Amino acid sequence: MKTVSLTIDGRKIIAEEGTKLLWVALDNGIYIPNLCAIRSSPEPAAACRLCFVEVAGKEAPVTACTETVAEGMVVNTRGKKALRLARSAFELLMASHPVDCAGCPANRSCELQKISGHLKVKLKTKRLRTLLRELPIDDSHPLFTYDPNKCVLCGRCLWVCRQQLGIGVLGFAHRGFQRVVTTFADEPLGQSRCQECGDCIAVCPTGALSFKDSAKPAARAVKI
Amino acid sequence: MKVAEPAAVAVAYNEIKSRAESRWRELANGDKPVIMVGTATCGRAAGALQVLKTLRNEVKKHNLDCPVVEVGCMGHCHAEPIVMIKKPGYPFISYGYVNPVVAERLVKEFLLGDDPCLESVLGALEENDLVPSLADFPRAVYEKKIILQNCGQIDPTDIDHYVARDGYAALARVLQMPPDDDVINEVKKSGLRGRGGAGFPAGQKWHACRSTPPGPRYIICNGDEGDPGAFMDRAILESDPHSVIEGMIIAGYAIGASYGYIYVRAEYPLAVARLEIALRQARKLNLLGKNILGSGFSFHIRLFQGSGAFVCGEATALAASIEGKPGTPRPKPPRMTTEGLFGRPTVVNNVKTLAFVPPIIRNGAAWFTSIGTKDSPGTAVFALAGKIANTGLVEVPMGTTLRQVIFDVGGGIPKGKKFKAVQIGGPSGGCLPESALDLPIDFDSLQDAGAMMGSGGMVVLDEDDCMVEIARYFLEFTQRESCGKCTFCRLGTKQMLAILDDITLGQGKEGDIDTLLQLAEDVKLGSLCGLGKTAPNPVLTTLRYFKDEYEAHITEGRCPALMCRELIAYYILPDKCERSCDACVGTCTVEAITPNKKRIKVIDQEKCVKCNTCLVACPPQYNAVIKLSPPSEVPAAK
Ligand SMILES: Cc1cc2nc3c(=O)[nH]c(=O)nc-3n(C[C@H](O)[C@H](O)[C@H](O)COP(=O)(O)O)c2cc1C
Ligand code: SF4
Ligand code: SF4
Ligand code: FES
Repeated sequence: MKTVSLTIDGRKIIAEEGTKLLWVALDNGIYIPNLCAIRSSPEPAAACRLCFVEVAGKEAPVTACTETVAEGMVVNTRGKKALRLARSAFELLMASHPVDCAGCPANRSCELQKISGHLKVKLKTKRLRTLLRELPIDDSHPLFTYDPNKCVLCGRCLWVCRQQLGIGVLGFAHRGFQRVVTTFADEPLGQSRCQECGDCIAVCPTGALSFKDSAKPAARAVKI
Repeated sequence: MKVAEPAAVAVAYNEIKSRAESRWRELANGDKPVIMVGTATCGRAAGALQVLKTLRNEVKKHNLDCPVVEVGCMGHCHAEPIVMIKKPGYPFISYGYVNPVVAERLVKEFLLGDDPCLESVLGALEENDLVPSLADFPRAVYEKKIILQNCGQIDPTDIDHYVARDGYAALARVLQMPPDDDVINEVKKSGLRGRGGAGFPAGQKWHACRSTPPGPRYIICNGDEGDPGAFMDRAILESDPHSVIEGMIIAGYAIGASYGYIYVRAEYPLAVARLEIALRQARKLNLLGKNILGSGFSFHIRLFQGSGAFVCGEATALAASIEGKPGTPRPKPPRMTTEGLFGRPTVVNNVKTLAFVPPIIRNGAAWFTSIGTKDSPGTAVFALAGKIANTGLVEVPMGTTLRQVIFDVGGGIPKGKKFKAVQIGGPSGGCLPESALDLPIDFDSLQDAGAMMGSGGMVVLDEDDCMVEIARYFLEFTQRESCGKCTFCRLGTKQMLAILDDITLGQGKEGDIDTLLQLAEDVKLGSLCGLGKTAPNPVLTTLRYFKDEYEAHITEGRCPALMCRELIAYYILPDKCERSCDACVGTCTVEAITPNKKRIKVIDQEKCVKCNTCLVACPPQYNAVIKLSPPSEVPAAK
């Protein structure tokens, strides 16, 4: 294994050549907010825009999930410019997210809560206008519920579904603000080809995909 | 690849060329008259097909031996339909605003008689003593046609026309050069920069692609042209498709590609049809396909019709779309030149960039760098639109000032109105004020001013245009076109649009300007692709140059341009209202206008829906109806 040495937040770290910065940081216990990064996917989506960090010598912040580590790289995950972008992206996500933690199945395991704590940004933004999509909740499946309003479009569920079934049940549809995760031909989840593996629920960082209370099996760890 | 056989290529080309030339001579300088009709999309929109039909009927009816040829767009779109007539003994004359009646007269009076119908003349296409020539027009001083040179002058469906005007000479020359770096070096030396928006040096891009390990490589011609108001690429594809095809084949030879794709939006059916014909004709003459002109070099071109989404014009989304995947951008690097279409090294160039290649090869890099500025050589093509007299296409050397383009070439602002701003580069560009008018146009100076060359849309705005509304209009476009993949563009532009909506509706709040500015900066810096990165430009530039208009909306509820409907009221000036006139009363759709006791007309503000009808109806000699902002300016009824 060829390695490179780099510095993240003042710590010297040895990493495998060719790895993306985000994974190196996370594997060394340095948290960088992220939602859309999938380790096993060959191409980063770079969609959530939460993983901004500053790299010495680069004028603008870069996304850690797309930045390959390099010898001598000096990284600051707490730079002012990077934090401004990460906070702004997070606020944007939250301004379009119905915040109702007490009534949400993901309460306390939700990654949005974790990111909010890390970035020190409130879940309910005051600066921005609340712009909700107000989509219908899909309750058709016997085991779980899908609330598209809480979805942050990270793409994790699509990925695991495709790993399980070859051709997944889930996919992205529509453009712009209307972009949603949905089933093929928009059919209710209960009528789709879903094999009930539950992996999508395990990887969903929010309360968008959740087990119905009565059906809740033992939580299962799914690595992606 | 077989080593080129220079002599054989030259012989093959000369044969094609001499036949084309003799056909062209017969048409242009023969003893028959010729009629040419501009039937590109702009001409068609003005009724050119009707005119064409009339001309053909008349010619037939009078048994005239006179070909009626369809040509493309010569750029004077405001004067369409345009007809050009070459009659032996007369100069080559162009006529503007031709309708079927004028068309009939042209045949009867001019072709059958001797009256060249001077009242309909636009200008002559050559120097003469009879009619002023287009070259004597003030705008001609500033114009310099390189890639628009053939547009409107040749029949785009006849390859011989193109060949007769030195078409494919550059290809023949290139095929006689060894397939190493000579061609790329010439393009590099010319300093040609990409005309798709970003201005990336074409030679450098080609070089990067060529330097990859051996294997299939591709060239894509980007004809997505999604900017509202831009139609330069369409005009070139419709009027001179071979110039783009020739440029592509040369690029293919230079980078070592055997396949090329032309990506055209499906909304351009005429461009697609003319490209198909052009490709077929080029194949037939062995200027395209296997073993081109016996050189050993083979190159194939496929047409791909895009769905026309704006973001599909972005190079990585474009490639995804050709591969049959959703047209969403991916993060770069890897660059297209190393990992592009089907994962292979790919050069993506704009239509105009490729159209510049043949003239550069024909005339040499030094010729090209003698035009334009040091860092932006050559010419710039703009589609003039908005509040400007001569809407249409213009081609001027880089370095020409905005003032020259707008006032000297474009003929200035109509109706004696005052210039306010010019939006350059479409929704990715910016709005520049009067103080920027003396800026020389080139890639870098526009960027410094906060705008960008973009693909070349130029919308002129006057005193009646509200800058907040303009910013809102362009942002609404990009917001709608966002693919939705990344947070900043999907939600950031949505938030910005919500703020702008509120401001133009008179619901702006304190702090909105700051939030708007912060969001604009973050979306620009944080978005994944060029769409999001440039979407805030109209907002950022209007905030930079016209902040007072934003403030007037928010703090005073006033729209200085009197454009935002919620912030204005219609009012009839009592001392200007003519008692005996009631032109406005009947036109008001909601019966909001009634005469008072003195027969002065008064608008009931409660009923008024601000439809503007009364303002138009009031006769110009009175001009009694005005707009006021804020609405509280309306004096209370006595
Ligand atoms: C949202 C977006 C839309 C674009 N649309 C076009 C287009 O319609 N035509 C075009 O040539 N380039 C377009 N581009 C630029 C292309 O990504 C690419 O830079 C260009 O085609 C390269 O050609 P050039 O080097 O000849 O300019 C667009 C870029 C973005 C980000
Ligand atoms: S449903 Fe959950 S896992 Fe799937 S895209 Fe939305 S937030 Fe991500
Ligand atoms: S910037 Fe906009 S268009 Fe580009 S990837 Fe992001 S969401 Fe899609
Ligand atoms: S984790 Fe990097 S952009 Fe989402």
